[in-house]
Amino acid sequence: MMRTHRKGLIVVALGAAMILAGCSTDGSVDPSAAPEGSEAPPAESESSSGEWFDQAVYDEQFEQRSASFEGDPATPWLQYIDGPMTETAEWQTDEAMHVCFANASISNPWRQTGYITMQEQLAVLQDEGVIESMEVRDAGDDDNTQIADIDYFIGQGDCDAFIISPNSTAALTPAVERACETGRPVIVFDRGVETDCATTFIHPIGGYAWGIDTAEFLIEHLEPGDTVVALRILPGVDVLEHRWAAAERLLTEAGITVDDYFTGADPTEIKSIITDALARGEVQGVWMDAGDGAVAAIEAFEDAGADLPVMTGEDEMSFLRAWQEREMTALAPVYSNFQWRTPLLALEMIANGEPVPAEWVLPQTPIDEAERDEAIAANEGMPDGHYARFGGADLPTFPEPWQNR
Amino acid sequence: MTAITQARPARRARLSTTAIVYIVLVGVIALSAVLVSAAGESFFTSSTLTSVLTLMSILGFVAIGQTLVIISGSLDLSVPYVVSTASIVGAGIMAQGAAGVVPGVLAALLVSAAIGAANGLIVTKLRVHGFIATLGVGLIISGWLGTSFQGSFGSAPPEFRLIGATLIAGVPLSTIIMLACAGLAALLLHRTRLGHHIYAVGGNAHVARLSGVRTQVPVVVSHILCSMLAGLAGLLLLARTSVGSPTIGSQGGYDLMSIAAVVLGGTLLAGGSGGVLGTIGGVAIFAVLDHVMGVLEVNPFFKDFVRGAVIIVAVALYAWRSLQRRPPRFHGKGTRT
Amino acid sequence: MTALAQRSPGRRFLSALATPGGAVFVLLVVLLVAASIANPRFAEPDQLVRFLARTAPIAIAAIGQFFVIVSGEFDLSMGAVIAAQVVIAGNVIGQDEAMILPGIALMLLVGVVVGLLNGLLTTLAKVPSFIVTLGTMLALYGFVRFLTGGAATGNPVDSFREIGRGSLGDVLPYPVIILVVLAVGAWLLMRAPFGHTLLAVGDNPVAARLSGTRTGAVKVAAFVLSSLSATVAGILLVGYAGVHPSIGTGYEFQAITAVVLGGAVLGGGRGWVLSAAAGAIALELLFTVLNQVGIDSTWRPSVQGIIIILAVALGAVAWRTARRPASVTRAEAAAGADPDPIPTPTPTPGEQ
Repeated sequence: MMRTHRKGLIVVALGAAMILAGCSTDGSVDPSAAPEGSEAPPAESESSSGEWFDQAVYDEQFEQRSASFEGDPATPWLQYIDGPMTETAEWQTDEAMHVCFANASISNPWRQTGYITMQEQLAVLQDEGVIESMEVRDAGDDDNTQIADIDYFIGQGDCDAFIISPNSTAALTPAVERACETGRPVIVFDRGVETDCATTFIHPIGGYAWGIDTAEFLIEHLEPGDTVVALRILPGVDVLEHRWAAAERLLTEAGITVDDYFTGADPTEIKSIITDALARGEVQGVWMDAGDGAVAAIEAFEDAGADLPVMTGEDEMSFLRAWQEREMTALAPVYSNFQWRTPLLALEMIANGEPVPAEWVLPQTPIDEAERDEAIAANEGMPDGHYARFGGADLPTFPEPWQNR
Repeated sequence: MTAITQARPARRARLSTTAIVYIVLVGVIALSAVLVSAAGESFFTSSTLTSVLTLMSILGFVAIGQTLVIISGSLDLSVPYVVSTASIVGAGIMAQGAAGVVPGVLAALLVSAAIGAANGLIVTKLRVHGFIATLGVGLIISGWLGTSFQGSFGSAPPEFRLIGATLIAGVPLSTIIMLACAGLAALLLHRTRLGHHIYAVGGNAHVARLSGVRTQVPVVVSHILCSMLAGLAGLLLLARTSVGSPTIGSQGGYDLMSIAAVVLGGTLLAGGSGGVLGTIGGVAIFAVLDHVMGVLEVNPFFKDFVRGAVIIVAVALYAWRSLQRRPPRFHGKGTRT
Repeated sequence: MTALAQRSPGRRFLSALATPGGAVFVLLVVLLVAASIANPRFAEPDQLVRFLARTAPIAIAAIGQFFVIVSGEFDLSMGAVIAAQVVIAGNVIGQDEAMILPGIALMLLVGVVVGLLNGLLTTLAKVPSFIVTLGTMLALYGFVRFLTGGAATGNPVDSFREIGRGSLGDVLPYPVIILVVLAVGAWLLMRAPFGHTLLAVGDNPVAARLSGTRTGAVKVAAFVLSSLSATVAGILLVGYAGVHPSIGTGYEFQAITAVVLGGAVLGGGRGWVLSAAAGAIALELLFTVLNQVGIDSTWRPSVQGIIIILAVALGAVAWRTARRPASVTRAEAAAGADPDPIPTPTPTPGEQ
């Protein structure tokens, strides 16, 4: 027993030494990781958004905001920016397909709304005989589960096509590559992966465009020296990080003071943050990386008796309605929810042997004050967690499935 | 000596509990096969086997370690963050290429061991309840992870990724490693003095101390082993995902699920009784359930409900069984003598 | 206890402050001063009252968790109960004022049922409460989200939300009034025979049972009180912030942290209920101070982790030295001897 005790001590000592060694290794691998803790918050958040800022992609999305889209503006989910196309003649078929969909999760209202639209689009394509069935596996926000899901689909060997909505960018890359190796069409949408092996990658313009739209709106309505509170859901998700990386850069350049916080989309947290910020001084603007919880932010101003801020939210109904009820200067940026229809429609094109864009960039236009009332009227009777630009109003089952979740 | 005799009856009870776990597992598999074929799919395919075994392997590593800690009378809620830390440390060092694999694995395991040592020392020296000690350590690490890392970090070279991708006769290599670890843990528990001491301390620390067991050593060692196994899980996730991730551990919910698997496997949460074999059965039950609910496309929210219900029902049944059995034993003794 | 009673009131007060349950009040004052220095506007009465209103839900949850912890158990289902109640409020009450009272009745009923389930499974089926409440947590989260498709239809009617958002005569927020009433009620309950029984059950269940206490009934009552306090917290939160499925997430661990910070000993038998509420307020205050001095909010879990470990480590030592000087075993004496004998007033202030 003495011996095990001594062994234990050695393990402990080594472990303690390695904690130090481990930390220093981290620092040497990632120079930006080490100094962060010691810096003051503003500098720190700058460096953290610096990690996510990619000038080339920023410039590209800046251009894409004013690009012209191919296709009918009445069906924006089929529009795309002209670019390289993937030939799909090899997959042309008259037989109904068995589709395998690896979904990251339906754990937030945006994904729930999109998933409903997808289901209803699926029903239409099933009636038309394009798709026989769609097998769905939900990864519950877990990379490991989603990798297992994709491998299961590959192993079953009966998928005529894959649709993948990745849970995270880098971690899902190997699994998507394995799906591509089956030789079947692979459609990736929403978050991307670090490979271009997919038949098509469907996404709205992107996070930088969101950041640019929102920052320009705030800069237009605010003065240099004003304070903007940024409410962010969580760190580390690329589509969200890009939104803030672009917005923070533009706001800071315009001389606007920014304070950013992570809220987990919890309205209690949001309300506390705004209340504290108002207790410290005036807040002229609120920036959100997603509209979920926007109402709590507005209420915090009302409860404190402060003037309502200039605000950017999202096209979630709760925000649009709250905005309509009040005298507010606001903008509802859009991360086009209708993209959930596009993968299935792309499959229809593939079955017909039509080429599809290799990178299918969908339009992404914010809802401004002029369009707001129209957007609300078009979505009458929808729950607060519904997204105005869901793009399913022309589907035959509209509106029950979206109203009664 | 008292400690050893103390552990005996518990071990006899454990054997039968383990048997029940596997009977339940067979029942779950049979039911699953029926449900899946009713839905027009086939259950007994190689991809089902691979899928279930893959789902098992990560939770399996964590649950083996959790078994050791729980038998010793403690608890480990810090495992998800150890998993993430190991994946980050491993990926950071392996980013330099194949030469980084061995140092990366060693560093990840040693950092994990250090966290385990911290857990164990806080429990034994500061005399903080394992629940609180590991909750606290987990929170401390999660703050560090959340502040220092945004998104994925580092990378794993292709040589290392083979561990996650290799199948031997349809069985993932990761599962084989996990089962090997389970075997080693079982040997430790049943064939070494340290193992007996882990049972003794978990059963009754006071009696163990009186009978000459250094009560702190088994607790610290089981915490170190638990964290190292969680570290292995993190490394395996690194091999599967190819990048380190600060959230990979919490994504899987390995803290509560591993405790649930251990308890489902018949180990007493109070410590002193149970075993690794039962835990593997518990992990398998969860993996089969998860797989079947996936195939049947059960609403993901309903999955959580089923998991919760399974935990409550299973544990209530164990408890009910031991309650049923206890009175006759007392009566039997009374009448015979 | 008799020795304590013979001392002068001043010394009694001081020695009470030296226990973990008392030290949290010292901590509270220190943090209050720190917050006021960091931001002078914080000390203004209306700001303070508003802050108190904001912390009322977590303080009430901590009071509920206190009953369970002091009886020797855990309640992990608290956050899920809050989430369920918030969704019920949104979907059942909705925009219909006539549904407010039936809605509240339904929420209280759900609270009682969950508490009974937790309590009965723990006491009758002898399942560890950690596992029971983990199970009810998963099941409740899953069930509520399954029923609602993961999203509530919208906020309940404003007149219902006034409970958590409004204030009496624009001065005294309702949550503060509710918190005070519940705190006084809890304090009286702990002084009543029920409270003594609860402490006895947590301290030594065997002895309590042998002395004729119905330990099971007392524990079930503690679980019901915990679920009901989560229900009240849910009503206040849906008023304060509106409906969202993420409301309540993490409340169980935060409530446990608060109770521990308030000096209750895990495993039962020790603690003051008002210290648990004070612990919750102190924790929120600490986060506010950290925020004010510009520490990144991502460090918040680390701070919470350090506090929870230190509070338990020092608290356990302090209770031993304060309450059981005669009956310490040798090992306990060894553990209690090396840190200074009355370390409690300094544990957490040193942590900022």
